[in-house]
Amino acid sequence: MRISLFITCYNDTLFPETGKSVVRLLERLGHEVEFRFEQTCCGQMHYNTGYQVEAMPLLRRFVDIFKDAEVICVPSSSCVGMMRDHYAKMAEASGDAELVQAVNALLPRIYELSELLVKKLGVENVGAYYPHRVTYHASCHSLRSLHLGDLPLRLLRNVRGLELVKLEGVEQCCGFGGTFAVKNGDVSAAMLADKLRCVEDTRAEVCTAVDNSCLMHILGGLHRQRAGVKTVHLAEILALTEEESVR
Amino acid sequence: MSIRVGNAADAPPFPQAAPALLDDAQLRKNVRHATDVITRKRALVVGEQKDWQALRSSASAIKAHTLRYLDDYLVQFEKACTAAGGRVHWAADADEANRIIVGLVRQYGGREVIKVKTMTSDEIGLNKALEAEGIHPHETDLADMIIQLGKDQPSHIVVPALHKNRQQVREIFMRTMGLKELGDRPEDLTAAARQYLREKFLRVKIGVSGANFLIAETGGVCVVESEGNGRMCLTLPDVLITVAGIEKVIPRFRDLEVFLQLLPRSATGERMNPYNSLWTGVKLGEGPQEFHVVLLDNGRTGILADAEGRQTLHCIRCGACLNTCPVYRQTGGHAYGSIYAGPIGAILTPQLFDMEHAESLPYASSLCGACYEVCPVKINIPEVLIHLRGRAVRERQSDASEEAVAMKTMAQIFADRRSFEAAQRLGRLGQWPFVRDGWIRRLPGMLGNWTAVRDLQPLPKQTFRSWWREREHKREKERRDA
Repeated sequence: MRISLFITCYNDTLFPETGKSVVRLLERLGHEVEFRFEQTCCGQMHYNTGYQVEAMPLLRRFVDIFKDAEVICVPSSSCVGMMRDHYAKMAEASGDAELVQAVNALLPRIYELSELLVKKLGVENVGAYYPHRVTYHASCHSLRSLHLGDLPLRLLRNVRGLELVKLEGVEQCCGFGGTFAVKNGDVSAAMLADKLRCVEDTRAEVCTAVDNSCLMHILGGLHRQRAGVKTVHLAEILALTEEESVR
Repeated sequence: MSIRVGNAADAPPFPQAAPALLDDAQLRKNVRHATDVITRKRALVVGEQKDWQALRSSASAIKAHTLRYLDDYLVQFEKACTAAGGRVHWAADADEANRIIVGLVRQYGGREVIKVKTMTSDEIGLNKALEAEGIHPHETDLADMIIQLGKDQPSHIVVPALHKNRQQVREIFMRTMGLKELGDRPEDLTAAARQYLREKFLRVKIGVSGANFLIAETGGVCVVESEGNGRMCLTLPDVLITVAGIEKVIPRFRDLEVFLQLLPRSATGERMNPYNSLWTGVKLGEGPQEFHVVLLDNGRTGILADAEGRQTLHCIRCGACLNTCPVYRQTGGHAYGSIYAGPIGAILTPQLFDMEHAESLPYASSLCGACYEVCPVKINIPEVLIHLRGRAVRERQSDASEEAVAMKTMAQIFADRRSFEAAQRLGRLGQWPFVRDGWIRRLPGMLGNWTAVRDLQPLPKQTFRSWWREREHKREKERRDA
């Protein structure tokens, strides 16, 4: 299958390893990956902060760039949530019938990474090897917008060598919430403190998730506390094989 | 118009109010314990209800339908209630409602009233209006009584004194009831409250209540509660005055079937409320012989006019969104500066109150979506929060603010691939003054709120796109060489 990668603006800029891992993983599974250079941002930050007028051109850009893509893979559940929860409504509000049609045609072809693997490609065992104690943080969008359920866990359980430990309060928000972390820094910090306590209680070496935004927040707190726990995007775990870890 | 929402007019913005509450370890412990207990109980009784999602959909549909024909249903309610011997008054705002109620109490020659728990009376500031006229209101709901005696503010829609623990309640009771000795077991506290309240139930001749539901078909009113103190207020006085928001009307008696399943399970984790009181007008020789209903607008028709915000009026005040909200669970209710706290308060207060506090309350959420998931009437609270943020930005924010400038600049950067790539390069260069030992530990301006408790990884040397470009070049070269 020819899979078009929407890497997302912050993964592109801050977490290139996640994108590289998606590419390695999908190619290893026998698929062709393409990357369209024109892509920038889905508009989530603007839309959620109240700058809906500014988000509109970003929706149009996204649709223009990806309208002829067969399948689009996004390694970020919050960006997919932005598209699924708001794009259709935004297009309707614009009164542009063509845009409405284009959005409706495009949305079913957009997949978050674990959805793409399990639901679209039908793979739960991707042949990964990761000999570490790992806990999984379910991001809010993955749970309550995309309803991923146990898809990421099914993938993790099939990773050889990986010891999966349950995270207490797994459904609780880590306190990131985009601009929330800055606008309500104190409350966000209190929420993060709860999350860090739960992560450290697992005695895991690695905390993983399908969103680097949460992981950036969690790691920011872990590192400040010198906790020594690493954060790693799901894609980076799934991309590693025994050969590569030996290398 | 003088729309009022409790003391919200004088409240500081959420981010200013929150830190002091976060520093109150006892309060946070109380809030955490109470919300944990209720959410656990709720999850159990919701889990056993097989048709929960269908019930939610029904409730949402009934509410949407009622709001669409609200004018008709209100008039129908007025007719039916009047025919049953009640009197209906219409109040456009808080002041008018207070004037009507004070006027009625005076007309019946009362100097005090007993009150069933009513959020709506807190919304309009009824107690203050009564006291200004020399009329003493006695709160009889246990939690509201604790708030009144402690000269405190409610912090939760259903459990207004949730931020106080038993020892604190004991202290308030001893101080205000003049008790020399009192235990802190639930039995001790309820016995003291009963002693204190019974005398008032028997003496005071005017009762004031809120309403959970107004039934258009019959003109009936429904109040649900756990203590029985409400039942006393509704049956013992000679005069009963009910104040209710206009959105409380439901079309038919049988619609209660849906709501009386959803409300107790969502609110207190009970299958059924211990006391469900339903009354219609006046019955000769039984209960209050004079019955008045004050229908309150106070900003509600304004919300009704907004297609996006309208669903806010579905709310049946169960408080489930508060208990599950990770923000509320940290701060408790007082940070919201309104009698309506938590996620529902964050959307209701600014809308009722002509977008006052809209720059602060709709942002007091990480948009985690837990509120929408538990809402028994399916209010998509995150969607309304985002909608109100949009209104706040468009209607109230200066284009010159730090945030607006940053957002508009970012929008321009994202509008074009080349400017995006240039910004990535600039960011990599510009960050170096802030990087120490491979991490960013302190940032200026608004971003300083991030580095207050979190470190930040600097931008890596290579973006994904430049890695991809390199890889393409290499592959191209290999193809050519082959």
